[in-house]
Amino acid sequence: MRNLHISTSVNGDQTEFVCAPDETLLDVLRNRLGLTGAKEGCGTGDCGACSVTLNGRLVCSCLVLGVEAEGAEIGTVEGLAMGDHLHPLQRNFIDHAALQCGICTPGILVAAKALLEKNPNPTDEEIRYWLAGNLCRCTGYDKIIKAVQIAAAEMRGA
Amino acid sequence: MVKVTIWGSLRSATDGQVEVEVDARNFKELLDRLATEYPGLKPQIERGVSLALDGKIYREAWFTEIGPKSEVVLMPYMTGG
Amino acid sequence: MALDSKMNRVFKVVGTRPPRPDGVEKVTGRAMYGADATAPGMLVGRILRSPHAHAIIKSIDVSAAEALKGVKAVVTAADFGVPDDLSIRDVQDNCMAQGKALYHGHAVAAVAANTAAIASQALKLIKVRYEVLPHVTDVDEAMRPGAPIVQEGRALENVAAGFSENVTSQCEFGHGDLEVGFAKADKVIERSFTTAATHQGYIEPHACLASMSPDGKGDLWCCTQGQFQVRTLCAEIMGMDASQLRVTASEIGGGFGGKTTVFIEPVALALSRKSGRPVKIVMTRDEVFKATGPTVSSSMDVKIGMTNDGRITAAQAQLRYQGGAFPCGTVEMGAQSAFACYNLDAVHTVGWNVLTNRPKEAAYRAPGAPMAIYAVESVVDELCQELGLDPLNVRLKNASTKGTKSSYGPTFDDIGLRATLEAAKAHPHCSAPLGPNQGRGLSCGFWFNFGGNTCVSLNINTDGTVGITEGNPDIGGSRAAISQMAAEELGVPYDKVRTIIADTNSLGYNDVTDGSRVTFSVGLATIEAARNAIKVMCGRVAKIWGIDEDAVIWEDGCAKPSGANAGDFTPMSIEEIAAISSNTGGPIAGHFEVNADGAGVSFGVHLADVEVDPETGATKILRYTVFQDAGKAVHPDYVEGQMQGGAVQGIGWALNEEYIYGKDGLLQNAGFLDYRVPVASDLPNIETVILEIPNPGHPYGVRGVGETPIVPPLATLSNAVARAIGIRLFELPMSPPKLLKAIRQKG
Repeated sequence: MRNLHISTSVNGDQTEFVCAPDETLLDVLRNRLGLTGAKEGCGTGDCGACSVTLNGRLVCSCLVLGVEAEGAEIGTVEGLAMGDHLHPLQRNFIDHAALQCGICTPGILVAAKALLEKNPNPTDEEIRYWLAGNLCRCTGYDKIIKAVQIAAAEMRGA
Repeated sequence: MVKVTIWGSLRSATDGQVEVEVDARNFKELLDRLATEYPGLKPQIERGVSLALDGKIYREAWFTEIGPKSEVVLMPYMTGG
Repeated sequence: MALDSKMNRVFKVVGTRPPRPDGVEKVTGRAMYGADATAPGMLVGRILRSPHAHAIIKSIDVSAAEALKGVKAVVTAADFGVPDDLSIRDVQDNCMAQGKALYHGHAVAAVAANTAAIASQALKLIKVRYEVLPHVTDVDEAMRPGAPIVQEGRALENVAAGFSENVTSQCEFGHGDLEVGFAKADKVIERSFTTAATHQGYIEPHACLASMSPDGKGDLWCCTQGQFQVRTLCAEIMGMDASQLRVTASEIGGGFGGKTTVFIEPVALALSRKSGRPVKIVMTRDEVFKATGPTVSSSMDVKIGMTNDGRITAAQAQLRYQGGAFPCGTVEMGAQSAFACYNLDAVHTVGWNVLTNRPKEAAYRAPGAPMAIYAVESVVDELCQELGLDPLNVRLKNASTKGTKSSYGPTFDDIGLRATLEAAKAHPHCSAPLGPNQGRGLSCGFWFNFGGNTCVSLNINTDGTVGITEGNPDIGGSRAAISQMAAEELGVPYDKVRTIIADTNSLGYNDVTDGSRVTFSVGLATIEAARNAIKVMCGRVAKIWGIDEDAVIWEDGCAKPSGANAGDFTPMSIEEIAAISSNTGGPIAGHFEVNADGAGVSFGVHLADVEVDPETGATKILRYTVFQDAGKAVHPDYVEGQMQGGAVQGIGWALNEEYIYGKDGLLQNAGFLDYRVPVASDLPNIETVILEIPNPGHPYGVRGVGETPIVPPLATLSNAVARAIGIRLFELPMSPPKLLKAIRQKG
């Protein structure tokens, strides 16, 4: 199988890479583009640690082929901060201890951002169901939900 | 002389005694004397034991001093996770 | 290193909630975990695993794999030596099967190739001839004479006659006269329980990058809870001196005890040595479930006698644990902790460790305790139901306290069990109303906690800021707590202190991050190292002022004269002292090395309200509160985090998680879809109440907290379910199909 040449946009930057037809977007991000923020926790779309956005839609990058990035806009955790300004979600996760080991954090941040773009004022239950596809083993989710609420309020200017 | 409490499954090596007396001033002397006086204890001692001294657990400390009035309890070597 | 005699010390930094030092890296995706490192010329390593539960390996033909273009090395057990130490030999044989495949997924060969695709292809070209043997995966079956023998000659001298050779050790604890005790009881309940094996479920699979050079030196990057333990194991397995192998711990994506040993690291080192190139191995999730270290599964009998007014008069337990294909020492911990919460005149536990054709068990928070305490707390609760007694009052009536002779021998010093029970009793959760199909359950929990080998180096930089080097991977936020303790002791702001975790070359030996020991031991060593540095600084200032060292004290980050008699000198700040350190004797540092003892036990109580759906058997948790004694909460956010995280792991253990083996001995659910851990929508908020009964063995009173929280949830939920639907199960997990079956049988 010959490798393919793909042109895409990652976090707003025009990017090109070469990959095998059966390579996942996750492997491309991590091994071809040096963007190791997205993590492989399971490789089967069950844990959400590899969450990115594809044309604004939240996806598991382990279930997307690298070649599907052609002409698309990819959003990863590396694109959340603006220069040295952390995104309110990032800042609140630190301030409210919403991470321990942090391996699930990139996926959860990407997922939470996607939620707040759709629904800027979610209930706790809505946050919990939206994040049901992102496993966390360290925190028990409590402080994560609280941090998302606080960030959401800040982003609403409340 | 120091009184040492032996746990249940080791008592077959001390003729069923729950408590034995040995002449020892620290952890290492205690283990050496126990192994000598009660050879049935030797395999477990070689595998590793902890010592609880007045309620405080010492996993390995040979030179921990033991007074004659101390409560000394032999325990299996502990592991955690 | 006893509790500071300034008992009413007012802490300035300890007890606050500053941001953790690794926070920004982790929220931006910059933090480097096990699988994030690369090296020039790196090869990809892959491992071939046994498709059989038990088989003799007749031959392995690697020639076709070796010949494949792009393959640089292939290894099997033949590439390893024979370590002297039996327990290290077991680790090695677990990493690469020696003569026999002992469980489904046991490694039998490995390749290193230019790409993952080539490596996978090469695995398919390795020809292994197996002679399949009968297997056994159930603990009770494995104990019976006539069971398939997993390994011969591993039974210790303490095993009674009449068992199969799979029973490798036997232990017994307790005191008092059981017969007399049971005779005094008004009610005696005897029950048998089983619990399935569970996995720590860390989201980060094991990953390492090994680089051996032709001069015999090696560099190993891996996610681990203990880089020094990794060095010890790998150096022994590879036949290297410790100083030749430098192990660096990456950031770790969860461990919980499962990353306190090695699985892939010796294999990566061997492949690197053979190929002359760096080799990276990352486990798939499937491999993590099949071939790392789940918990034991258990079969237990518990018998407890109680008087009509709630006094426990006698308690007895028999615990049978299977730890996979290699001997383990886990039932000893279960047998000692089972009745630790109770003040008993007559108590007796017996335990056996058993071999089965399953992966080699590893620790998972409080190893051995959750299942034993689940069984005990369930019987205590059932007695409360039968006798019409309040479960909290019965716990209070029988609770271990200072002066209690514990069920495992030593007499307790100051402990926090009564305080946590009183806090639970006073909490609004206790009196919240309950509706149909809803029930409330509670359980106590306990863990020993450890000290251990610890080294800390503390350096005062020339600008007066502080650098701390310690050797324990941070799995719960310990870097923040350590910086806090140093800041507290030195009297400097928290953000002037930076704590890093060093590789094995940079410090003396540090025991793994386990046993809830880091805030306790590394904290203690940090406090001593800081006091050391303070002594040096006071000495320098004494020389400058021309007075005795004893006449200089340290306060609020400055050296000051001890009183008016010492002289009228302007205090010198740490910045000022540091700036002229080259003039006064050289760089200023403090260090401390210790095998710390005096860790304080940690007790906890959990309360849960559940609702069981009678049509689906699904259990919904309505409310959950965790009460735990932390001694002194250095960083309350991270203490709460341990309480919440451990509780949720226990919830998963109680309600859904289990290793499912088929009759063929193969693992059926090696993925997160069918090994169902709790997700955000399964849970309510987890409320936490921290008690602080200082540990006399630590300068600030710190007790470890990380492990205890996984213990109470098992019985808390079992008791809650029993009270919700009037049916008590005696097995875990209480997954919906099992509850539904029980509901239907009841009619």
